[in-house]
Amino acid sequence: MEESKFIDKDKKYEKKGKSQLKGVWTRLKKDKLALIGLVILIILILMAIFANFIAPYEYDTQNLKNTFQSPSLKHLFGTDEFGRDIFSRIVYGSRISLQVGVIAVGIAVVIGGFLGAVAGYYSGKIDNVIMRIMDVLLSIPQMLLAISIVAALGNSLINLMVAVGVSSIPQYARIVRASVISIKNQEFVESARAIGSSDLRIIFKHVIPNCLAPVIVQATLGIGLAILTAAGLSFIGLGIKPPTPEWGAMLSGSRTYIRDYTYMTLFPGIAIVITIFAFNVLGDGLRDALDPKLKQ
Amino acid sequence: MIKYILRRLIMLIPVLLGVTFIVFTLMYITPGDPVRLILGESAPEEAVQELREEMGLNKPFIVQYVNYMKKLILHQDLGSSYVTRRPVMQEIISAFPSTLKLAASSVLFAIILGIPIGIISAVKKYSIFDNLSMAFALIGISMPVFWLGLLLILLFSVHLKILPSSGYDSFKQMILPAVSLGAQSVAIIARMTRSSMLEVIGQDYIRTARAKGQKEKIVIFNHAFKNALIPISTSIGLQFGGLLGGAVLTESIFSIPGIGRLMVDSIKMRDFPVVQGSVLIISITFCIVNLLVDLYYAYIDPRVKTQYK
Repeated sequence: MEESKFIDKDKKYEKKGKSQLKGVWTRLKKDKLALIGLVILIILILMAIFANFIAPYEYDTQNLKNTFQSPSLKHLFGTDEFGRDIFSRIVYGSRISLQVGVIAVGIAVVIGGFLGAVAGYYSGKIDNVIMRIMDVLLSIPQMLLAISIVAALGNSLINLMVAVGVSSIPQYARIVRASVISIKNQEFVESARAIGSSDLRIIFKHVIPNCLAPVIVQATLGIGLAILTAAGLSFIGLGIKPPTPEWGAMLSGSRTYIRDYTYMTLFPGIAIVITIFAFNVLGDGLRDALDPKLKQ
Repeated sequence: MIKYILRRLIMLIPVLLGVTFIVFTLMYITPGDPVRLILGESAPEEAVQELREEMGLNKPFIVQYVNYMKKLILHQDLGSSYVTRRPVMQEIISAFPSTLKLAASSVLFAIILGIPIGIISAVKKYSIFDNLSMAFALIGISMPVFWLGLLLILLFSVHLKILPSSGYDSFKQMILPAVSLGAQSVAIIARMTRSSMLEVIGQDYIRTARAKGQKEKIVIFNHAFKNALIPISTSIGLQFGGLLGGAVLTESIFSIPGIGRLMVDSIKMRDFPVVQGSVLIISITFCIVNLLVDLYYAYIDPRVKTQYK
């Protein structure tokens, strides 16, 4: 019969949410580069979680008889000026970098997203005020704003996260605001309002889920950027207290010995590049996978 | 057009006021007693109190802010450095040109290299050139500015000994700093140019131009590139902010006495007026650059101008 061509009895009709996610995953899988990034990130996360087991030494164990050892079997990446094992420091450093990146972006997404949603949804004066403040924040180059905040709050890991996070708020405010503005005028929001849903319910149940895509993309790329900014701050000596094994701080320490002990400069930098690369590539892949307008 | 320019200039004022307020607040809450810094730790208490009164540090926050703004707007006076006692304005004016030179050469380097790479990659999509250049671009945006600087110094100064690793006067001396600061921008601009060109090339009017029998070179440059330029120039303007921020790191590595290094040193020495002044000047520069980019945007995109007729 004709109908059998159109109705596939074996196909399962899943809930709308699930099939959307599966569609995204299928599209993401096609991007080989993004998958490589994902694998690298998973390795990084595992390294961060199990640093205690992976690192052969503690990150602050000094051995002044063993300084400036070149890479060897005993010390995979060599030792630094205090005899500390560089490989272990890099492994522990992944924990710090990921923490800083995720928390900083988390701060920016939550605060910036909330401000952007409020600005976009309520429009008018609130929108104006919030966006003017965002414009002011955007007028100061992100790095300088982060430097000023860390200088004001003092050197510590948390302050580093706050500084990078706060300096990233405007980007997410803008993205969320743009999404909210484009969504709030669509019909399903109008009908929700007609049924009598409260504003808050509309925001949380309808508007925010539809804003997620650009935010996820920006957040993935943003974690990479946050790690870079944090490394830059530690490089100039702001935000990290020694002996914290942050990759940027390690590079800063290696500067003095760059002529004689090149390996000290190589490994932390490579670690940073690989990490940021993974986030960038994954973010690009997510952007393509989440874009509904993309033709197959 | 003039109306548009005036409007944008007027909108700049509250933004800059906001910047001064935020910077002033940040410096205000920064720990460190400036009076103790100037007089030393063992200074007698009366001298400390006297100087504090003289510098107006006992007044409430708002009064201090208003005084600062009055000095700034009426006399273009940013105060004096706590460390060197010289006027902040003077310190900044002597340091700023180096930073501008660095940022400008980096931007030029980025544009001269990035845009052609992007165009060629777009036109020869999926070719070896395209794949290679985009691979390099991906690595470029993942590389920290300061690491690239260190690597370049390692290669060209230490091993090959053909380029100097510090100084900023001669062209030769500017090469490494400009390249290390601009590399990330090259990558971003190349990627942006490529995607923007690809989007434009897919448009109908390009197809029309080709159907007309127009030479491919003219199609690409006069039609595609001109239209692709719009998002590219916006991106370049935003890049400049990143460059000003990255200049801090580059100046530190290459010992360039620019405003970024001045700012970092001043933070470490708790020299707040200098920090305040530096951030303010850099932000003003950034705003002006963005304004120029927006004006350029309005100039090349007739649709923007019609909004303000």
